[in-house]
Amino acid sequence: MNAESRAARYTAPAAVAVLLVACWQWIVVANDVPPWLVPSPLAVARTLVADRVLLVDSLGVTLGIALAALAIAVVLGVTIALVFVQSRTIEVSLFPYAVLLQVTPIVAIAPLIIIWVKDTRIALVACATVVAIFPIISNTTIGLRSVDAGLADLFALNRATRWQLLTRLRIPSALPYFFGGLRIASGLSLIGAVVAEFVAGTGGAGAGLAYQILLAGIQLNVPRLFAALALIALAGVVMFAATVGLSRLALARWHESEAPRRD
Amino acid sequence: MDARPDARRQGAALTDAGDDAAPVVEARGVAKTFRDGTAALAPVDLVVRPGEFVTLLGPSGCGKTTLLNMIAGLVAPSAGLMRWWGTAVAPTQVGQRRVGYVFQSPTLMPWTSVERNVRLPLDLEHRSSREAARATADVLALVGLDRFARHLPRELSGGMQMRASIARALVTEPPLLLMDEPFGALDEFTRQRLDDELLALWRLKATTIVFVTHSIAEAVYLSTRIVVVGARPGRIVDEFGIDPERPRGSDWRASPAFGELSRRITASVDAAGLATLDER
Repeated sequence: MNAESRAARYTAPAAVAVLLVACWQWIVVANDVPPWLVPSPLAVARTLVADRVLLVDSLGVTLGIALAALAIAVVLGVTIALVFVQSRTIEVSLFPYAVLLQVTPIVAIAPLIIIWVKDTRIALVACATVVAIFPIISNTTIGLRSVDAGLADLFALNRATRWQLLTRLRIPSALPYFFGGLRIASGLSLIGAVVAEFVAGTGGAGAGLAYQILLAGIQLNVPRLFAALALIALAGVVMFAATVGLSRLALARWHESEAPRRD
Repeated sequence: MDARPDARRQGAALTDAGDDAAPVVEARGVAKTFRDGTAALAPVDLVVRPGEFVTLLGPSGCGKTTLLNMIAGLVAPSAGLMRWWGTAVAPTQVGQRRVGYVFQSPTLMPWTSVERNVRLPLDLEHRSSREAARATADVLALVGLDRFARHLPRELSGGMQMRASIARALVTEPPLLLMDEPFGALDEFTRQRLDDELLALWRLKATTIVFVTHSIAEAVYLSTRIVVVGARPGRIVDEFGIDPERPRGSDWRASPAFGELSRRITASVDAAGLATLDER
């Protein structure tokens, strides 16, 4: 990739953002839209600054839940995938339940989890984990199975043990798939955290951004609602960018998806 | 043969199965029918003696690779008996001598360097890292890749990747080297150069080679014996021995005997109706 297109990767979307925000501001001001219907970007920015302590605290809560859920999803999901590839029977017997977990809407399970688990924070993390874990399981399982047949023969010819096959062939082959799953899971963990907070509706000291949105909606404090929304979106983008960076770090040297093109 | 690679293992805890005077490979009535009922190989008899360069020549999809995989011990025959160095212990079993295998494609691990790829067979048997490093450096120099040890496979050309693959097969100094159309995907110039280098290696290492190809010219150029394999099911159609004392290199390619032998093999292939077969 040349320098011009690399710069365009950041400047082009930034230019679009500036243009959209400017349009938004202009429409709101020109039509005199009341702030409880659509606040102007400037009003949102002012609220962000004025309510920063409250909002940043809530962001910390939501982000903490999402990150904890993502970490658990990674550890648990990879472990489950490693169990799955040990035998087809295990995979065939258990995979439908992983799918069941995936297709059942989290809003439907969340009340149950919240009733069952005493500690609300743990319940919220559990909900977000349920949402985030599936792409990790399914991608890592496919990855661990996607071993080049010739390399598998080579390992057999050299009498590799099961362990050597796993650590030297299966796991490196699975990395690109795992990181693909991680990207999806990072977004899902945040969605799971927000949805679970909505269902739990916990306020007070442990209030997350979802609660602030809920409250601001009831109070018709629309600028704060927008400000909280903007923070959630920002958090999602940052988490996604972090996983992309991680994936590039791990794969850049060799995998087609990340390797620089040769001109 | 005096090459006993496993004896270099620390303490020589494992003794090699089989004896040195016996044929390297002996297939008696070996056949393969796949689970779906396709007969890949009709009963075949094949004996490969130490030091031979045997080429399995035949059209695509004729079962040459299946036969080669049975020789490697990767595929079990559905009928018949395989022996390696006089015993039924397959080369994939611990205690048996090693077999080097060069696949149709380079089959290198893309995530690690040429050096790590080549030394993989030594790493898998927990050879000491100094010993492995020395053996790896030696074979890399042998195939002319010493300057590319730290490169990733994707940074090498197709011919260089194939050399890395050959180096990996040679690093354990296997007494038997199996090659499955190794140069099929390369251009003619690279292929001829690698053919020459392979012959030089074969004489230097005094190993036994079983080589698979669908090129008559390549078979005649390389082998001491050519086994023509027919298709559906795979079977041995004809055999041609070539005087091992013949001239080598371009002298051989230009000689009347080369043309005469190529003509006879072509006639044999035509008579068996192999040339008219569709590709799979």
